[in-house]
Amino acid sequence: MIDEVAARFPFWMSGLLIAIGLYGMIGKRSLLKKLVGMNIFQSAIILFFIAGSIREDATVPILLEAGHGVAAANPADFVNPLPHVLMLTAIVVSVAITGVALAFLVRIHHEFGTTDEVSLLEQVRR
Amino acid sequence: MLLLLARWRWWLAFPVVLVAVAASTAAASWELVVVLQEGTQVYRLGSWAPSIGIEYVVDLLSAFVAVIVTSVSMLVIIATRRIAEREAGDRLGAFYGLVLLLLAGLTGMVVTGDLFNLFVFLEISSLAAYALVFQGGRPAMLAGYRYLILGSIGGSFYLLGVGFLYFTTGTLNMADTAAALALDASARSVQAGAIFIFVGLGLKMALVPLHLWLPDAYTHAPSSVNSLIAPVMTKVGAYAMMRMFISVFPDGYLTNVVPIADALLLLGLIAIVFGAIVAVAQRDIRRMLAYSSIGQIGLIAVGIGLATPLSFVAAQLHLMNHAVMKATLFLSAASVRLSTGLTDVSDLTGMGRRMPGTMAAFTLGAIAMVGIPPTAGFFSKWYLVQAGVESGQWVVVAVVLASSLLSAVYLFRVLEHIYLRPAQPDAAHAPVVIPQGGSNDEPADAGESPADVIAPALLLGAATIVLGILNSWIVINVLDRAGL
Repeated sequence: MIDEVAARFPFWMSGLLIAIGLYGMIGKRSLLKKLVGMNIFQSAIILFFIAGSIREDATVPILLEAGHGVAAANPADFVNPLPHVLMLTAIVVSVAITGVALAFLVRIHHEFGTTDEVSLLEQVRR
Repeated sequence: MLLLLARWRWWLAFPVVLVAVAASTAAASWELVVVLQEGTQVYRLGSWAPSIGIEYVVDLLSAFVAVIVTSVSMLVIIATRRIAEREAGDRLGAFYGLVLLLLAGLTGMVVTGDLFNLFVFLEISSLAAYALVFQGGRPAMLAGYRYLILGSIGGSFYLLGVGFLYFTTGTLNMADTAAALALDASARSVQAGAIFIFVGLGLKMALVPLHLWLPDAYTHAPSSVNSLIAPVMTKVGAYAMMRMFISVFPDGYLTNVVPIADALLLLGLIAIVFGAIVAVAQRDIRRMLAYSSIGQIGLIAVGIGLATPLSFVAAQLHLMNHAVMKATLFLSAASVRLSTGLTDVSDLTGMGRRMPGTMAAFTLGAIAMVGIPPTAGFFSKWYLVQAGVESGQWVVVAVVLASSLLSAVYLFRVLEHIYLRPAQPDAAHAPVVIPQGGSNDEPADAGESPADVIAPALLLGAATIVLGILNSWIVINVLDRAGL
């Protein structure tokens, strides 16, 4: 069990982070903490993707002698760059969502004077 | 661009949006014709070949859904012009900017042939939807925030599932993924990916245990927003689910290896019953329509879950019908709210005389929703029942029939208020103050809404009958060739 965890540490870590994030989003009463949970969740997914791109003894995917006539290098020598690019996009998406959520929170706090979900619900029902 | 333009001359925003949406409707319709004649169209972004580049793939199913999404939202945008002006006030430019963003995201989801690209478009449309919902005043803020949290859980789950598929197959292109999975789909990571994708998309399409964001969001959103989001938003989620069945996972994988089809079937059945029963108990008409949406999504899910060619036809047909019917109903509710500020079912008493046009549209939508024969709603349920009989799932038959009865209960209750009860004195209900109340040219007890609100609603209502009559043409020429 411990060997298994140690061998694939990033995957187990991202699983753990996903669980923490979900707990934060569902279990916490404060809307701000829900947002933090969401961010942890998204970071866990980023970790998951990046961990999947790792290869043993590989280097950065930059072709030094790029040019005509140079045969393609052996792909096994390089880290898979695609997940990084995808995660760049995913980070942008998550930044956008976080930004919108924070703007919402500012408005909510301005309007209700609290970000506690239970008391917000009470105020809305009244 | 639009935002700047709208700051400069706010009245320009609406025509520009209208032109944009009309153009995309025309493009989508033309695309449907092209696909009908020549088969699937592929567009490679930046002319990179797939597996490196992203490609757009338009087959019959996506062209069909694209036409629905663009044309329904065009009519809704025309109809809600006054409502949007009143509700959004000086933020009209931002409002229409978000509307365009929403439509861009939805149509993008429909045409893309790339799993990750689908995620990006999903988040674009969802972000716009969160912001649109949020504008509806105090309760809507909470609803919008909750929608944001739950929606991004859905998006994240989908992304996680895509990650599992990517690391198994090494590609994000849907066709390439399908080819790789057809060779070998035995890995457990594929199963995990399928389940994550299912949960994520289930959240976006508001399948029953994952529907919690929907009622509040639809109820409290501004009228101009909920009549736009309700018809198209969850439908595109359902479309993405179908896409997974048709062109990502190999035949039978989701029915035999991972029982996702069964899960969809079961949850869909629960959704039908649950949505209808809860809708009966609602007083606010928008909330009633929201719960009825949950039930109707259940019908689509059952169609997908049966996973026979006929049930897929039923699901697609219902996707179209429900978009049209729900747009009609929500527009009628929005029209009532525009003229009178009223939202409760009991407030509609005597409205048949005061707002005949609006109520005619509502009646058409309601009849179609119940599924009385010449209307569209009948035929999709008919196909679904047939599919249920064909595969021996008698529970499906029973539940679909019962759902018609239940929707009759909650919709005819409204119709009774509209037409049969005598009008009560107007002073009984203080009109709800619409936020950002514009010029007071229409007092609270005004009669009919302006023609440009009613005409699209009536047109959509008439469309439910026309589509019902034309359904065999649609099924034979489009859907039979688009399905499994």
